[in-house]
Amino acid sequence: MKGLKKAYLALENGAFFSGYSFGAEGETEGEVIFNTGMTGYQEILTDPSYKGQIVLMTYPEIGNYGVNDEDVESWRPWVEGFIVKEYWDIPSNFRAKKSLGDYLRENGIVGIWGIDTRMITRMIREEGSMRGVISTTESRRDVLVEKARAVPPIVGRDLVKEVTSKEKKVWKEGDYEPWKGYRPAEDFLEKFSRRPRLALIDCGVKYNIPRLLVTHGFEVTVYPASAGLDEILSDSPDCLFISNGPGDPEGVPYVVETVRGALGKLPVFGICLGHQIIGLALGGETFKLKFGHHGVNQPVMDLETGKVEITSQNHNFSVRPESVERKARITHVNLNDETVEGIEIPDLGVFSVQYHPEASPGPHDSRYIFSRFYEYVNRYLS
Amino acid sequence: MPKRTDIKKILIIGSGPIIIGQACEFDYSGTQACKALKEEGFEVVLVNSNPATIMTDPEFAHRTYIEPLTPEFVARVIERERPDALLPTLGGQTALNIAVALDEMGVLEKFGVRLIGASVEAINKAEDRDLFRLSMERIGLRIPRSRYVRSVEEAEEAIEYVGYPCVIRPSFTLGGTGGSVAYNREEYVEMVKWGIDASPRGTVLVEESVIGWKEFELEVMRDLKDNVVIICSIENFDPMGVHTGDSITVAPAQTLTDKEYQVMRDAAIAIIREIGVDTGGSNIQFAVHPETGEMVVIEMNPRVSRSSALASKATGFPIAKIAAKLAVGYTLNEIRNDITRETPASFEPSIDYVVTKIPRFTFEKFPQTEDLLGTQMKSVGEVMAIGRTFKESLQKAVRSLEMDLRGFDRVLGSDISPEKRRDRIAEMLRKPNSKRVLYLGEAFREGFSVEEVYELTKIDPWFLHNVKQIIETEEEIRAGSDLIRTGAKGEKLEEAREFLKRIKSFGFSDAKIAELTGLTEEEVYDLRMRADVRPVYKLVDTCAAEFEAYTPYLYSTYEEENESVRTGRKKVVILGAGPNRIGQGIEFDYCCVQSVFALREEGYETIMVNCNPETVSTDYDTSDKLYFEPLTFEDVMRIVEHEDPDGVIVQFGGQTPLKLAVPLGRRGVRILGTSPESIDVAEDRELFASMLSRLGLKQPPNGTATSVDEALEIARKIGYPILLRPSYVLGGRAMEIVHDEEGLLQYMKEAVVVSGDRPVLIDKFLEDAIEVDVDAVSDGEITVIGGIMEHIEEAGVHSGDSACSLPPYSLSKEIVEEIVRQTKMIARELSVVGLMNVQYAVKDGEIYILEVNPRASRTVPFVSKAIGVPLARIATKVMVGRKLKDLGFDREVFPGHICVKEAVFPFIKFPGVDTLLGPEMKSTGEVMGIDASFEIAFAKSQIAAGNFLPTKGRAFISVRDEDKPRILPAARNLVEAGFSLIATRGTAKFLRENGLDAEEVFKITEGRPHVADLIKSGQIDLVINTPLGAKSKADSYYIRRTALVYGIPYFTTIAAARAAALAIRRMKEEEFHVKSIQEFHGAGTKTPKA
Repeated sequence: MKGLKKAYLALENGAFFSGYSFGAEGETEGEVIFNTGMTGYQEILTDPSYKGQIVLMTYPEIGNYGVNDEDVESWRPWVEGFIVKEYWDIPSNFRAKKSLGDYLRENGIVGIWGIDTRMITRMIREEGSMRGVISTTESRRDVLVEKARAVPPIVGRDLVKEVTSKEKKVWKEGDYEPWKGYRPAEDFLEKFSRRPRLALIDCGVKYNIPRLLVTHGFEVTVYPASAGLDEILSDSPDCLFISNGPGDPEGVPYVVETVRGALGKLPVFGICLGHQIIGLALGGETFKLKFGHHGVNQPVMDLETGKVEITSQNHNFSVRPESVERKARITHVNLNDETVEGIEIPDLGVFSVQYHPEASPGPHDSRYIFSRFYEYVNRYLS
Repeated sequence: MPKRTDIKKILIIGSGPIIIGQACEFDYSGTQACKALKEEGFEVVLVNSNPATIMTDPEFAHRTYIEPLTPEFVARVIERERPDALLPTLGGQTALNIAVALDEMGVLEKFGVRLIGASVEAINKAEDRDLFRLSMERIGLRIPRSRYVRSVEEAEEAIEYVGYPCVIRPSFTLGGTGGSVAYNREEYVEMVKWGIDASPRGTVLVEESVIGWKEFELEVMRDLKDNVVIICSIENFDPMGVHTGDSITVAPAQTLTDKEYQVMRDAAIAIIREIGVDTGGSNIQFAVHPETGEMVVIEMNPRVSRSSALASKATGFPIAKIAAKLAVGYTLNEIRNDITRETPASFEPSIDYVVTKIPRFTFEKFPQTEDLLGTQMKSVGEVMAIGRTFKESLQKAVRSLEMDLRGFDRVLGSDISPEKRRDRIAEMLRKPNSKRVLYLGEAFREGFSVEEVYELTKIDPWFLHNVKQIIETEEEIRAGSDLIRTGAKGEKLEEAREFLKRIKSFGFSDAKIAELTGLTEEEVYDLRMRADVRPVYKLVDTCAAEFEAYTPYLYSTYEEENESVRTGRKKVVILGAGPNRIGQGIEFDYCCVQSVFALREEGYETIMVNCNPETVSTDYDTSDKLYFEPLTFEDVMRIVEHEDPDGVIVQFGGQTPLKLAVPLGRRGVRILGTSPESIDVAEDRELFASMLSRLGLKQPPNGTATSVDEALEIARKIGYPILLRPSYVLGGRAMEIVHDEEGLLQYMKEAVVVSGDRPVLIDKFLEDAIEVDVDAVSDGEITVIGGIMEHIEEAGVHSGDSACSLPPYSLSKEIVEEIVRQTKMIARELSVVGLMNVQYAVKDGEIYILEVNPRASRTVPFVSKAIGVPLARIATKVMVGRKLKDLGFDREVFPGHICVKEAVFPFIKFPGVDTLLGPEMKSTGEVMGIDASFEIAFAKSQIAAGNFLPTKGRAFISVRDEDKPRILPAARNLVEAGFSLIATRGTAKFLRENGLDAEEVFKITEGRPHVADLIKSGQIDLVINTPLGAKSKADSYYIRRTALVYGIPYFTTIAAARAAALAIRRMKEEEFHVKSIQEFHGAGTKTPKA
């Protein structure tokens, strides 16, 4: 225990915690949210949707299996900070390449451990997600609480521009084969006689989405979020896909515009932020949830089959059902709080889900969504 | 899908007596199921032979049959009750096997009973290894290479394919009976033979060994709409090679990435679908290669299992209850999560703490067998602990074990020379054993590296690093002792507080800190209070705090926020019994739960403290508040301080809470019921003796020795044989009867350390006396006898191991009346408020008092079921001030039927152990036989205990000389029942001299074919064998062991043999009948309202 460096966490409600530093030293700020997944911290860290957020893991032992080269959902970790109960520095796993702390340090991400994470979780549950600051350089409570209160809220902010791809690219990686690695896209595509060309608008896409799209027969091209409809249409895709991403859908009106223009011209799919953007493009509304859904155990019912799937989720905003009801059919509902989890407009070829059928982390229950996308496109095209 | 309407009456089969591999977790699951189905409006019929269970309390089912759990008896129940459906998935392997047998017998079809939960096809697919392997191949999964064999010849062929090392597993057994590892041909052949014997179907699986692979379990639930959820993942601390029931296990899995976990999850879902478990829970075990990640499926239980109970307690998700509801048609999303109220049961629990389970072993009871763990389960119970880190939960679990462990205590003898220490440690690490976890501590103290320990144990380095940190922190504590001492005085308060808080959050007990710093435990406690270092309590809520929880299921940890809200209600804390072990089992959990029910009826808030995950008492909806905590002074005291209850009940949890009575009392805690002073009178030899002489009551001549010389002198004075035991024990540990000076000296040398602090108690042993157990309840004014139980076996056999009859079957009216008089006298003298148990010996018309226990005894549930009065419930009410008169229990109940209790033993699991009974308790469980006649009640008790009395054939008799005249009545009865007799030379001669025809057979040492040959070839149907002199002990041991292994009913005491012969005669004349206890108690007897 000797040689541990202190770190501090302050929240906008005045709460203050003293713990130990891991990962990078320094100071960081963001909206503090909690994730209830018991596995998958590496995927969480690298999920661009967490841009602007400090993630607290409710599972108390973190770092146990280290980090490896494969379990990444983008090219770098994006969280603003990381809060855990007990950080574990010595990884134990056959795929581990380095410790979590080293990984965070290399990527300049500040972590804090050794604090009552359950207490913070309960605070967030009661008071909603809050802004916070982690620091290894400042220990004064008042100063840090003030800083937390000065953190810009995420409502209305465009965080997508910070995480989207810089340029257009063709996606080449397919599904993962344990424990060999990701197989090339061709291995999968060659099995399909029809391979719809899918234009993916990258709002901060998790790699597993295009991996599974190609696995399910799509030829995927990734576009920066700023790509206009004309630019995309000029490549004559068969369908459009709007990815997940960080923050508030209202912060990216330009993507909403793109989607609005595409409706009726192309089948449009979306996941997470993409789903919310489609909701807005349809003239619907979104609202911020009290503390969002961040975990891998959310029950969602497919209203068509009546079956329940356990889903991976990570979102703070949600589509208001009454705002889209008249245009779209609600296909999926969250059984915990009855929020909208999926909508479709068969005539327009529109289909989107709020949760993450690509999982990673999380259960594979919802992979069928990719087949459903595929069927939609084929039906629409024929 | 709503509830099925085509079913109205459901039969539930329990799991029978507590045995190794099937403990009270099935009382927990069965009780939950009964409650859930009753709540849904179904008529519930229950069969279970175990009277100590909570589920067999009359209120949990509409009809409760305490009858033997055999297909024949259950068929009779079906014939009588005509249930629409049978739910076989909640009573362990026993219930599953019976369901399959009933199906094969055509009983289910004949009476139109549907199996719900799992079909016979699914059961067979999961249980039959060949079918299971094929099923797994169909879904692209692999199980270890294996072959199914029925003979040594087939086995020889199989090994070519499987290869060494291999595991030998008999099919259709409980807790992996007979499973063993063979490294060479010699071992292999021997084990295959043994396995064929041990399998009820004579089939054995020979399997590729995956020893040393990481082991995981998933608890899976599925509903009729094919929704599947994983309730909990469990990682075994002990890798493959140790039965999962004997492994330390941790929830959730600690060393799997999400990718690896999801591969396992996908496999589990595919498996439950492929096997076709329609509804309910299943447990699936996996092995993972630590270096390649290769995964194989080990097995699947298509039912609620021991791990399900653990998973339920670990997550707060009530698997058995939900399984019962799914079986009657509900889907997961239609069932509400009780804990969060607003969210459905169709989700996967997320936990924000670490759960550690440690099995409880009792190798000390069986010194002839090696403390070695393998694929055959040997533990008799378990503890679970919850902490916010693995270190905390592990150390809490260790101190929950009730083995006087303060933490990672030293186990390496100080006499071992330094150069041998490393070798000894390495040896104890290499061979899995019950103390291995403590040897890990010794290894790190001795400077072993994590890599070295990993090579020896294959325990995942993550776990090893944690243990290493604990050991390193021990050093820190030693170095920090000054800080702890002075800090609390205020000199360095902040620093001391931070230090204490940190070490407490690692799970260090006050007792351990005291040992390391040279303080006393009480001093550490006080210093800690002064420094304001107190635990907080967190909720187990299934969802990692994402939703509000409404059930106060709590554990302690050292953090900031306390979630335990003290209410303003009047309240009582009930201390539970801790882990099951021999001498303290489910009976005490039964009493604790009854106590909770009583207090609730009396308007008290009930607060339960216990650490045994198998129990009903640790179900979140049993009490108003549940603290899942170790039952040590430190942990209990803190809860009491926090809750400030009106009183604490220590009477019902056996010795575990009782020993806290004095330390708690010293801190001003109000102990309800009989005062700690009276408890002391009963426990203290001198006070007790003077009380008896004051009352004019007799006890066997006795004395207390603090040295060997003193012992010799006392023995000379009172005369041999004598009964020896160390002071203050439970379950008769280290008790022995010695017949001469030589025996005494040997005992003093080998069995005990005698000192002024720890005297040895010496009693005159009353040979051939009848032992009598009495349970009574007193309100301080009047005492009512609950039951008088006459033991079948003579005094000298531990009362927990003896069969007994209620009411007495041979005692005279005068003796019974005198026993009643004496019992009431003692209760008055001790001012008993609550329960009291007295043990008597009756010899030549004289009554001797052996023991008085002013607390709930092991027989309380049996007595309660026998007389139809919930004694523990009444006792509790009395303890909070009610009077027996008001409760309607002011006079004795004399039932019109006979109940016989029989003990059940674990001998088959411990190679090399003799089956003889003695003062040392060895049984793990009990059954009850109930009928109008003693003979049939006894017969039922034997059948229920697995001692299938034959009604024809050949009986083997071999008894020592002094027993010969006494065996004649039994022999005559057997002959009259149509048996032929066969005996060893001396006994045969004696029988013939007395006019009984008896064949002669060789003793083992006399030539062949000898008696064991005959047993093995099925030519003997019943064995009566009493211990012979030391010379031929080995000989008679071999006979008994062979009878045991070959499943031939055997009796080792004259009294039991006589009862058995009577029963057999009666069985020839009378058919068995079954009757529910509601019917037994319905008419005739008056049941108090309590």
